[in-house]
Amino acid sequence: MIELTEVTKVYGEGRPDRVEAVRGVDLTIADRAVTVLEGPSGSGKTTLLTLIGCLARPTMGRIRLDGEIVSGLPEKFLTEVRRRTFGFVFQKFNLIRGMTALDNVMLPAFPLGVPHARLKAHARELLEHFGVGDRAGLGVENLSGGEAQRVAIARALINDPAVVIADEPTASLDGARVEQFLAMAADLKAQGKTVIITSHDPRITRASVVDARVAMADGRIVEATP
Amino acid sequence: MTSASLASRPRGSTLAALSTCGLVLALGALIAAALLARPATEARRESGRALARELGLTDPALFGEARYTRHPSQADLASAFQDAPTGLDHFPAGSLVAAPRGFGTGHIGGGEE
Amino acid sequence: MGARFERQRHLLDFAVASLARRPAKNLGLTLVYALVVFLLGSVMLFGSAIRREAGVMLADAPEIVAQSMVMGRHDLATGADLEALKGLRGIRRVEPRLWGYLWDSAGAANYTVMVPSPSDAAHALASGEAIVGEGVARARKLAVGKPFFLVSPAGKFLRTRIKAILPQASALVSSDLVLVAEADFRSFFAIPADRYTDFAIEVANPREVSTIAEKASVRLPTYRFVTRADMHRTLEALFSWREGLALALLAASLLAFVILAFDKASGLSAEERREIGILKAIGWETSDVIRMKLWEGTAISGTAFLAGLLAAWVHVFFFSAGLFEPVLKGWSTLWPRFPLSPEVDALEIATLALLTVVPYTAAVVVPIWKTAVTDPDAVMR
Ligand SMILES: Nc1ncnc2c1ncn2[C@@H]1O[C@H](COP(=O)(O)OP(=O)(O)OP(=O)(O)O)[C@@H](O)[C@H]1O
Ligand SMILES: [Mg+2]
Repeated sequence: MIELTEVTKVYGEGRPDRVEAVRGVDLTIADRAVTVLEGPSGSGKTTLLTLIGCLARPTMGRIRLDGEIVSGLPEKFLTEVRRRTFGFVFQKFNLIRGMTALDNVMLPAFPLGVPHARLKAHARELLEHFGVGDRAGLGVENLSGGEAQRVAIARALINDPAVVIADEPTASLDGARVEQFLAMAADLKAQGKTVIITSHDPRITRASVVDARVAMADGRIVEATP
Repeated sequence: MTSASLASRPRGSTLAALSTCGLVLALGALIAAALLARPATEARRESGRALARELGLTDPALFGEARYTRHPSQADLASAFQDAPTGLDHFPAGSLVAAPRGFGTGHIGGGEE
Repeated sequence: MGARFERQRHLLDFAVASLARRPAKNLGLTLVYALVVFLLGSVMLFGSAIRREAGVMLADAPEIVAQSMVMGRHDLATGADLEALKGLRGIRRVEPRLWGYLWDSAGAANYTVMVPSPSDAAHALASGEAIVGEGVARARKLAVGKPFFLVSPAGKFLRTRIKAILPQASALVSSDLVLVAEADFRSFFAIPADRYTDFAIEVANPREVSTIAEKASVRLPTYRFVTRADMHRTLEALFSWREGLALALLAASLLAFVILAFDKASGLSAEERREIGILKAIGWETSDVIRMKLWEGTAISGTAFLAGLLAAWVHVFFFSAGLFEPVLKGWSTLWPRFPLSPEVDALEIATLALLTVVPYTAAVVVPIWKTAVTDPDAVMR
């Protein structure tokens, strides 16, 4: 369970271009459920995700992860938490160009000292699972948008995280791909993972697999269901 | 790329280790060759040493332009182009050979200390 | 142990892949790096080899050479002084020597013309015979049995026949020698019968060399006494001077390299910055990123160092340091063709490694550290 209390994030504090991207957010995200953050552009969805995912620290407020306060931890411990708990699927996928799909998937586990053969087999399994096993040896710059996304999801799962965070996963996908993505989200939920998605795409926000919806505007939560 | 060729693709660390090994081996081979050639080298040097002893040679025959570059240890303490102990002269080798030290002592141990 | 090893190995995997992704930049950097190591290494290897070579060959130089001085200049030594020296206690033998320089306009070269000692049976010469060094033979295209003419500054001719050519193995010390018989030498240079170039002195007890030289200089105050230690000191000074000079010149190239390395290695491109952000976001620690970059630096500097050293070795010992020859040669027409044998000074190699690897590694790590400690949330945008 992830609990946010009075969380505020300010960019450029003390400068004329100071932005309060997230203001006083109280939010609880349930385990083993799919939560969607929605809201207009610039409403602070991505910023909130970086706070939840321990990619950045809040300016004020507290974030608890399974009861443990993580918002004040120094960077070294944040990395540790991030590695243990979260898998990210970035808006632009952020695969590393010039490397194969397989290598990209294996990447998060490189510093863990997992035996190479086992890691490779696991990565291959994940790629197979998401239907891109035959693309394993291809450089990621040659993948289609949908393939790249599935590789990115496989990468997010390689360390078996409890929480999968996806920022605007369907921004560049057509209808069939959106269905595919929703099926994957359902699949992850079935595996017992917590899924957090941002989107302003009604095909996602209204999907049946979604358990909780959080609407944001101007850095605040304006509506949360249930 | 097929998965078969993918499986056989070597890891970066393997390539790095191989190329390092290759370079180290090549260097090792050169050093080993030098060590193997040691007796011959010693023999050659000894023959040079014997020649130098027989003829009473005092200096290497590297720079033949002038007295003080050909036989630096035997050179006058004062001679043309060398009026100042560290003076420059017009020989290219003069930039490579230091003028004899102890200028003007005219005496044994004209060197430093 | 296994996990740690696998982890480092994975980091190295990534480092190699990331180097391969920017082939032009990294290849260029490695080449420049290797070139610097090659130049510095060549100077070092050449320097220590030639020092050793000359050191061994001249180890048995005369213990003391006595030169007559007049007005601060060389003058011919006399038979009377020879007798005076011979009477000195502690001196075992005094060998009067005849040698001098001859500018040969035909070969455009300076020869060292010398009379072998009468006790030297190996080089005993009859009048009309000559033995020449490898350089002279090369310059004048001489072979055993061929005639060889010399013209003295006074216009006097000396006709000789080549009896032998000194072996190339000792060219370093003998390349410009022309050995002739005493009678030929005296008539050619018009040296009177009891005049000599200098005296080579052999002492009874080598430990008393300086005492004897001191005593001798009291007996013959117009003479200069050059001890073997003086000769070796000159030799050492000659080579360290030259090597130091070359290294000083090369220091400029080293500096240029450091600047280049700093620029290339530290100027993280936006792409690299993004990659580091991604790595951190997907769970790499700052230390993992730095370690990976260290591997990158090690791969480049290690490869460049080994390749540069290898090339330097081949250059110096297989091509007789051919690139340096024009610099060293100057106007010496008789530059000896001597074989050089490797003489490895581990300390020197370590110095070379330190001199080149440390600046590079610093250039790589410092800026990485700066980016790696920043928050990774930038990759979300
Ligand atoms: N690093 C930053 N520095 C300054 N301002 C920032 C920074 N990151 C985000 N902002 C600002 O914070 C606000 C919230 O941005 P955020 O990216 O969280 O919105 P979003 O809801 O994800 O928008 P979108 O739907 O377009 O992705 C925006 O006004 C943005 O300009
Ligand atoms: Mg966003």
